Amino acid sequence: MALKDKIEEIKKDIVESHVWKAIFRHGYEDTPRNRVLMVTANVWLHLHPAKVRRHGVRMRFTWCMGGLTFLMFLMTVITGIYLMFYYRPVGEYAFADMQYLEQDMPFGMLMRNMPRWAAHAMVVFVWLHMFRVFLTGSYKPPREFNWIVGVLLLVLTLLLSFTGYLLPWDQLSIWAVPVGSNMARASPLLGHEGPFHEFVGANPIYDARAFLFGGGEIGPHTLLRFYILHCIFIPLVASLLMAVHFWRIRRDGFSGPSL
Amino acid sequence: MAEVAPATKKPAQVDDKIHTWPHLVRGEFLVTIFVLVVLTLWAMLLDAPLEEPANPTRTPNPSKAPWYFLGLQEMLVYYDPWHAGVVLPTLIIIGLMVIPFIDINPAGNGYYCFKDRKYEILTFFFGFHILWVSMIIIGTFFRGPGWNLFWPWEHWDPHKVAALTNVDLPYLVGFRNQTLSVLFGLFCVVAYFVVGMALFYYWVVRIKGKEFMERWGPVRFGITAFLIVTMLALPVKMFLRLAFNVKYIVATKYINI
Repeated sequence: MALKDKIEEIKKDIVESHVWKAIFRHGYEDTPRNRVLMVTANVWLHLHPAKVRRHGVRMRFTWCMGGLTFLMFLMTVITGIYLMFYYRPVGEYAFADMQYLEQDMPFGMLMRNMPRWAAHAMVVFVWLHMFRVFLTGSYKPPREFNWIVGVLLLVLTLLLSFTGYLLPWDQLSIWAVPVGSNMARASPLLGHEGPFHEFVGANPIYDARAFLFGGGEIGPHTLLRFYILHCIFIPLVASLLMAVHFWRIRRDGFSGPSL
Repeated sequence: MAEVAPATKKPAQVDDKIHTWPHLVRGEFLVTIFVLVVLTLWAMLLDAPLEEPANPTRTPNPSKAPWYFLGLQEMLVYYDPWHAGVVLPTLIIIGLMVIPFIDINPAGNGYYCFKDRKYEILTFFFGFHILWVSMIIIGTFFRGPGWNLFWPWEHWDPHKVAALTNVDLPYLVGFRNQTLSVLFGLFCVVAYFVVGMALFYYWVVRIKGKEFMERWGPVRFGITAFLIVTMLALPVKMFLRLAFNVKYIVATKYINI
């Protein structure tokens, strides 16, 4: 008992000291009002409602997949920015920069692996998220529009991963992209090998694939194009859609039956 | 009267809500930590691949897309690129987007429930797990040089001989005249869709009743039936290819299906 009293006394001394008071203005009292304020008065947390349905928080209901998809996005952004310091999206340098990063940079390999695996995990998580949302029927009114935004985000997730795949500029990456390019050049009307292309006048250097690749064949111009799509354009669009997605969850309410 | 009063109360008045702080935030925090630890360990133990420098003059065999696109690459075996690579992905995306509008079943909104949504869930399961995921598994583990089928333990022999005996359906049936072949092929495709959608109509009426069909309306029915019949066309085409070596149903100068 005596020890406990002593600890309490020390704690009181610290909490009431000048320095402590200068940093923390007041303590945290666990009251319903404070619990609500913690959420509504915090710029990050106020994305949540102040209160949520009891069953909706359970792991076996949510699977946490939407949140984890966002977490993976944040991870790729943070580690990806790190990589951008060491990587030049130029045909002559890209591969050498990868080797430099892997072999000479402290923690370079780890920092390369992080966005790589996080991107794969993001694809898996976003699929599982969609599956869970389907199973719980959470796309039903009033959340129809948010499902559409979610589908767009799913597509952007795949495109983010796909554009990043080219950047190491090794055999694996450039030969994964032609599969996409075969599709682009086979687009009806717009691709030079697609049906009815002759009516539009699409040719190998002026068609959907050339637009995507920045030229008639895959090359350094494609690298730069994919780099900008990967690092700036798609993340920007995805962020905008995520803002809408999260906002609509908040507006339309978390899914769940009303008891 | 006092005993009756609680029963007439609306059930919505039951307060089943809990504070986000700490209950939800705590959960999010713990899951975040856990996943980040797993991800970091994973990134420490498994290195991202880096092969030889990019060389546009040396095509590896096989060249595979990233695993999440192998479903599309696998579809390229059965359809032409404009179809498997452009039309079908577009239809998949549109099909996913229209789900909330064609599904008018109010049951199962916000909770797990199989009984009331049997057909919706089975359709999703078929499209996602059976078609999409299994195609990815085939593309990842069972495709080797020349995009030929290999068992995972089999040696990837780049000289494996795969007989190219595929013929178009009209040829298989006996048509030798170009115009007649095209007409017959077109007839087959149109007939497939008409019969498929008609069967779907009768099936829905039988399972859900006429009253449901009236509520559903012709537009919703039409979109759903088209998407489902298109989705089922993939296994149909796969079967025709694998069992009868059918290359195209319709083969014209402009377009092949």
